[in-house]
Amino acid sequence: MHFQLAWRNIWRNPRRTAVIMTAIIIGVWSMIFLGALMRGISDGMVRNGIATLTGHIQVHHKGYRNDPVIENSMTDPEAVKTALKNALPADAQRASRVRVNAVASNARHTAGVTFVGIDPAREAGVSFIGRAVTEGRYLKDDDKYGIVVGKALVDKFETRLGHKIIVMSQDTNREIASRAFRIVGIFKAEMQATEKQFVFVTMQAAQRMLKMKNGISEISLLLPDAKEVDTVADSLRAALPSADYEVQTWRELLPLITAYLDIYDGFIFIWFIVVFIAMGFGIVNTTLMAVFERIREFGLFKALGMKPWWIIREVLAESFFILLIGAVIGNILSFLSVFALSGGIDLSSLAAGSEFAGMSRIIYPVINGRDVIAANLVVFVLGLLVSICPAVKAARLTPVEALTHT
Amino acid sequence: MNIVECADVRKTYQQGKVVVTALGGVTLSIKKGGFVALAGPSGSGKTTMLNMIGGLDQADSGSIVMDGNVYEEMTQSELATLRLYKVGFVFQAYNLIPVLSAVENVEYVMLLQGVASVERRERARIILDDVGLGGMYDRRPAELSGGQQQRVAVARAIVSDPSIVLADEPTANLDSRTGQGLLEMMKEMNEEKKVTFIFSTHEKLVMDYARRLIHVRDGLVADDEVREG
Repeated sequence: MHFQLAWRNIWRNPRRTAVIMTAIIIGVWSMIFLGALMRGISDGMVRNGIATLTGHIQVHHKGYRNDPVIENSMTDPEAVKTALKNALPADAQRASRVRVNAVASNARHTAGVTFVGIDPAREAGVSFIGRAVTEGRYLKDDDKYGIVVGKALVDKFETRLGHKIIVMSQDTNREIASRAFRIVGIFKAEMQATEKQFVFVTMQAAQRMLKMKNGISEISLLLPDAKEVDTVADSLRAALPSADYEVQTWRELLPLITAYLDIYDGFIFIWFIVVFIAMGFGIVNTTLMAVFERIREFGLFKALGMKPWWIIREVLAESFFILLIGAVIGNILSFLSVFALSGGIDLSSLAAGSEFAGMSRIIYPVINGRDVIAANLVVFVLGLLVSICPAVKAARLTPVEALTHT
Repeated sequence: MNIVECADVRKTYQQGKVVVTALGGVTLSIKKGGFVALAGPSGSGKTTMLNMIGGLDQADSGSIVMDGNVYEEMTQSELATLRLYKVGFVFQAYNLIPVLSAVENVEYVMLLQGVASVERRERARIILDDVGLGGMYDRRPAELSGGQQQRVAVARAIVSDPSIVLADEPTANLDSRTGQGLLEMMKEMNEEKKVTFIFSTHEKLVMDYARRLIHVRDGLVADDEVREG
């Protein structure tokens, strides 16, 4: 009957209950929904970052990260590959690459690019390029002069499929190496910057142009379970001589995105606090009003022999019901909102501005269980905590004061 | 045997900058099974006296003993327990819980006492039948007349067999006919169940029903009249 009493009491003033419930619903909805949007953005950034040639883990020759020149290539990749075979999970994907800075030009334009030599079959399992070619075709193993370039670069160079592009870079003899390639495929990426930055040829074509023999710049790894990244990285570090090689995870390779993820976590936390403060004042105000309106009733309870703790419990039970209903509806609405936007929010018009941060053109809201639990805990725990103040006020009244209250 | 013993009970209140003496040293004793009226004009101290006897308020000095319990030696929590099991209250403004039905209002005290729900419901219905409200169990206070609400309040006060029922001007908001009916009912309960009733009143009708009439004036017992049967 205690719960029955609390339940009926909250409906004594339906309008007031509806107003505070609406505040809680909007609060919970905004916490979960905004959290899902932020997670969607950050997940997209991480996914893009990993797919844009980073992978979960990369292995380089010592010093390559600080100075990515051709001299810092791995000259004996077979030794590394043997070590990888033993340390990697069975279904992990790996791709070796030649990767150097270069200058691409045609008759009209010149641009700085990242010249990437890939193993077409293996690369398709690790990065975006395998499924990104929208015009022409993807590279074949025996493509000696074929090159795949981004749509944005093609537009910039005012060129098209079948036309030539000259790529110029420094070879292992520190001489300028250049070679003409014919565009066999045009790819589209999440970000225009990616389309402008990368040009892809086969590994053999790149090695021949740069006189690298069997040398490679990096090995990129994609694990079946992203949670294993640190464990696998540690075992690779143990397996490879640290004097010659360095192993880095995507968090180390993409420091900007890692920093954004931390900022987003902080932002979500601050948002939770802001929402709660606004909601907390509403809860305290409503509960205080409900207590003041019923001071004589609390006096009666005390006269009948109710202990102060029972009165606190009674007031908290009323707050609990309001919080519960608000939270349930808020949760349902936020899940429905995320479901309604599961096709993604297209931010193409803003993409140019947001690309610098690595954001995708389309955001897919992602509900994170931890955020949902945190939002509900914030509402329940803090909501009940702020209700204690009015509840204690009710409990501390003496029966005579309360019964004579007008 | 005395159920209430008050010795030199004094109580003052601060009203703004003025100190008002509500009780100026009341000494009295009330026998078990009594049907007693504390009579006097407004501000005479009768409600304060009733609150003191019920343990709702604390005296500045003096001693109150109810059914062997010495109030000055008891904590607020012990006083609350005493009120729960030994004292029933009937208020002038009925003071029923508006969101509970008649039967739930009567049950509420038993709920606080931890009585099982089936027993609670059964006892509440029996007592409501006794006060003439059979068939009105599920009506909420707003659906009952003043007289009916006060009957529910009386039922709530006596349902857990208290040692004493304190009624603060119980007929003040009722017409004389309804008030008389209520008094008849309480007198019957006093005689049948041997529950001690103490009223505060300034109405002649209530005074006429009392077997003992204590006149209170200026916070002191001015006159104490014991009547036959």
